[in-house]
Amino acid sequence: MLDILDKYDVLGAFWMTIKLTVFSAIGALVIGTILAVMRVAPVAILRRLGAFYVNTVRNTPLTLILVFCSLGLLYILQVNLTDPKSPTSIVDNNIRWAIVGLAAYHAAFVCEALRSGVNTVPLGQAEAARSIGLTFTQSLREVILPQAFRGSIAPLGSVLIALTKNTTVASIIGVAEASGLMKEIIENETASFGVFFIFALGFVILTLPVGILFTSLSRRLAVKR
Amino acid sequence: MDDVNPGQTDRTTGKTVAPDRTGGAREPMVVIEGVNKHFGDLHVLQDINLTVGKGEVVVVLGPSGSGKSTLCRAINRLETIESGTITIDGKALPEEGKPLAQLRADVGMVFQSFNLFSHKTIRENVTLGPVKVRKKSKSEASTQADALLERVGVAAQADKYPAQLSGGQQQRVAIARSLAMGPKVMLFDEPTSALDPEMVNEVLDVMVGLAKEGMTMIVVTHEMGFARKAADRVVFMADGQVVEVATPEEFFTAPKSARAKDFLGKILTH
Repeated sequence: MLDILDKYDVLGAFWMTIKLTVFSAIGALVIGTILAVMRVAPVAILRRLGAFYVNTVRNTPLTLILVFCSLGLLYILQVNLTDPKSPTSIVDNNIRWAIVGLAAYHAAFVCEALRSGVNTVPLGQAEAARSIGLTFTQSLREVILPQAFRGSIAPLGSVLIALTKNTTVASIIGVAEASGLMKEIIENETASFGVFFIFALGFVILTLPVGILFTSLSRRLAVKR
Repeated sequence: MDDVNPGQTDRTTGKTVAPDRTGGAREPMVVIEGVNKHFGDLHVLQDINLTVGKGEVVVVLGPSGSGKSTLCRAINRLETIESGTITIDGKALPEEGKPLAQLRADVGMVFQSFNLFSHKTIRENVTLGPVKVRKKSKSEASTQADALLERVGVAAQADKYPAQLSGGQQQRVAIARSLAMGPKVMLFDEPTSALDPEMVNEVLDVMVGLAKEGMTMIVVTHEMGFARKAADRVVFMADGQVVEVATPEEFFTAPKSARAKDFLGKILTH
């Protein structure tokens, strides 16, 4: 079993998983926050756009979204995210499109986690913010969102764990992350429980601390009322 | 009672002219004209007219559901109105956006449930408005906040969070937070109704102090003692209407309307 670790770059594959996770998570947090703000905005058209995005993207399989990014946007529409003349352009394009797709998909879940957090903030907080003369944007930034983030840490942790495991879907558009390498090893060697075990363990090592961290954060940062 | 001049009744010529303790009509600060609002079928504000002069303390009394809180909240547009106008210091209430935010900065509001920002310390609660809206420097706002907290008697709690304070302390911080904006008028929406009885007076004392300093105040309350002690005028509301406007002396000793007599009969017998 250990010879697999010598023959294949398992750590390198997990490093790719981590990179996909971190960049997609940042993207999902940014897009998701914007979507959540749209969904609580006083402007009806923004609310509808936000709801449309969430309902469309959340109900589309991730596989479809990533294949659309790769085949649809990259190969058919030729939307390059790197210099197409560079020797690693195919690999780099796939990685970047995978990050875009993962971020866009999980943004819908981040948005809903945040929106549930917004609902934990009592109406009186917004009224007090408005009554001292804060504008809508200032009340969101200074009063509502900081409390909403703290109220949605636990569900955001679940989204991050799901995102970590969902990076495995990126292997179908040719990103060399952990599950891609696992398939490669299984094809080259014989499928053994050892291979499954190594990769399962790898994901547990990545996700378990995230879960523990977010649970403790949600407890420590909870807004006391 | 000593600061109520009994002679002012002669000068109280109508609802829209504010009497003055020292004589002569005051300059109007808040002018409410022909205001109407419905909650579904309930006509909660019915053609309300009221003028509050600069430096005047008006206490709004009335049974539950009489529309007094709604009127108070309409003055800084936390409740919208369907018709009529509300002007503050000569400026009509803007509909939405920046102008409304700027006007609200000049109108202090104290809520029944305090509504201190739960994730901010007491000092941060008081400095947020001055820094973000008045564009003061952090240190200037902080110095001012400490002075205000000292004045309302909670200076020792400045670095704590709202949940660590008693209700009375929280409400005094809420008053300090409003004062930090240098408001032209202060609105109090049942400021003592959510407090334990032993904490009511510490809040009322702060409010009486404000009234003595000449702050324009509109106070919705059930505290008859405060109305007697600090009010220039009492506005009695019932079923969405202003039923009676009088000095506290007149109102409590010789109410004119049957509704007011009934109301006072119910609360003063115990």
